[in-house]
Amino acid sequence: MTWRKLLRHETILALLSVLALIVLASQSDKFFTVDNLLNQGRLMTEVGLIAIIMTFVIITGGIDLSVGSILGLVAILLGVFWKNLGLPLPIAIGLGLLVGTLAGLINGIIITRFRVPPLIATLGTLALYRGIAEGISEARSVRGYPDWFFVLGQGQFLGVPVQLWILGAVTLVAAIILGMTVWGRGVYAVGHNETAARYSGLQVDRIKLAIYSASGFAAALAAVIFVSRVSTTRSDMGTGIELDAITAVVLGGTSIFGGRGTIIGTVLGLILIQALKNGLSLAGIKSDGTIVLIGAVLILTILLSNLFHRNGNR
Amino acid sequence: MSTDVAPGFVAKRSAVARFISAYGQELVIAGAIAALFVLVSLISPRFLSPNNLNTIISGNAYIAVAAIGMSMIIITGHIDVSVGALIGVLATISGTLATAGYPVWIAWTLPILAGIGINAIIGALVAYGRIPSIVVTLGMLSILRGGLVSITGGAWINNLPPDFHLAQQRLLEIPVPIWFMVLLTVGAFLWMRHTAFGRSLYAIGGNIEAARAAGIPVERRVVQVFMIHGAFAGLATVLFATQLRIIQSTVPPNLELTIITASVIGGVSILGGTGTVIGSTLAAILFSAIGSAMIFINVSPYWLRAVIGVLILITVLIDMARRVREQRSAKR
Repeated sequence: MTWRKLLRHETILALLSVLALIVLASQSDKFFTVDNLLNQGRLMTEVGLIAIIMTFVIITGGIDLSVGSILGLVAILLGVFWKNLGLPLPIAIGLGLLVGTLAGLINGIIITRFRVPPLIATLGTLALYRGIAEGISEARSVRGYPDWFFVLGQGQFLGVPVQLWILGAVTLVAAIILGMTVWGRGVYAVGHNETAARYSGLQVDRIKLAIYSASGFAAALAAVIFVSRVSTTRSDMGTGIELDAITAVVLGGTSIFGGRGTIIGTVLGLILIQALKNGLSLAGIKSDGTIVLIGAVLILTILLSNLFHRNGNR
Repeated sequence: MSTDVAPGFVAKRSAVARFISAYGQELVIAGAIAALFVLVSLISPRFLSPNNLNTIISGNAYIAVAAIGMSMIIITGHIDVSVGALIGVLATISGTLATAGYPVWIAWTLPILAGIGINAIIGALVAYGRIPSIVVTLGMLSILRGGLVSITGGAWINNLPPDFHLAQQRLLEIPVPIWFMVLLTVGAFLWMRHTAFGRSLYAIGGNIEAARAAGIPVERRVVQVFMIHGAFAGLATVLFATQLRIIQSTVPPNLELTIITASVIGGVSILGGTGTVIGSTLAAILFSAIGSAMIFINVSPYWLRAVIGVLILITVLIDMARRVREQRSAKR
């Protein structure tokens, strides 16, 4: 029985990550340098923030396809608020975060009030939010942000990229809420059996509303960091990031049917993906080749994990 | 089997009411298309010119054809997010074969076979590897997209032989894409409605355990329906690859979402078990009609996606409201 415990999904994943790190480190001596690793953390932050909250979403048995579009919308609005409306940048950022959270709340309302399946609801808002971003921006980009703003995406604090501190804090808070609080247990209960959770007196709809709003907020935060990192705003920002985030979450062992998953798994999934991307590019493989490998790793990991847990699809 | 018709309530209603209840979504979309045509043609009569009608109907035919396969997948209770990448890969195969001097019929048929083969793998991983279809196809999306770009470098294929352009040809004065779309839609609709195989897709999507107990070989059916979906992706590719003078050997962005959206707006429930392919084809036509209408009434095309988003949400909300009402009347 104990060896079965050892073969938990997270263990398989950790072993895979270590294996990947060893192979990659042997391919290039640049890989295991502090500079490189920290820089990779910088690149991981936007997907990371979204993936951490996406873990909650998927554990409740839902999905949020609209995060990439919320990212694009908030990025565009940041530029509009600051440049076209002339608001001070901190207020523009605050409004951007608010809009992102509201966009997530709207997802939540469509899903809980009208009982629309999350896949469809967020497919609709994916088109809607991106459409609004495209309509407002008309493919124009906004540049020329003040220097202090770039600290968020390009600066360092105590030698570590600023956004990595943010990602670390969000991860820690998320892990504590999901793993150690009654509310966190409720999230699992909703995903495991929603009807049972409802009859146990859990505020299922309120939990979902909070989670989808948080997902919108995470996407908005990622948008601010993204804009700060690349110094410009475009309406196609974040296209496809929802699939990257979902890949990391599922790779991390969260069941797509809900009810099972951990933050640590998602973090391992994120690290494995980023290590593969970076290590292979240092070893001279083009980034498109890396995407192939990530797809294969995703399918193989879930297949392996299914083989070790023959009983039950979950 | 179909939750569109409330049991016990059917016998009392007239044939017309039954028809409206069973094909509500299809009628709503047909009505929306008709309303759009009337309204826009009042503003700009040129909207109804044969040329523009042809553009509207045949321009999105490949989406409609791909949405037929997607509808079957969703009705069976699965999803495929890799189909856009697959179409990109198959189009590149087709164009490469054509420019390499192979006969055009090989350049048309080989992608269909390749689509069936690739989707057989997806189906086997879903049915026998017991991996959720969204995970398998998410992985496949990465593999196909990354593989395509790393092999071709995103180069464009031109110098296509003139007889390769099937989608630009006409048969009996009607463009070939419209033939494809109409014949495949009607064929698939009748096949799904009147054959045991077709009905079994609804059974699996409606209640997999009941389907198994009824003796349907569920695993084999899932692999087969993915292969059929692959064939439709191949057919869609033939229309997609042959409509322009060049083939861009990258994956068309968001194509899979457009195809899924057509299926869903067409009334295929994402919960599985209900829907028809007539609806998804009408939805594909509605998309291109909206795109064209926006040009005619001078709305910036940048707002197209927002309009489609609103449309998805409205259709889905109406659908959910109808479901709730029918559940209530069934309980009574």
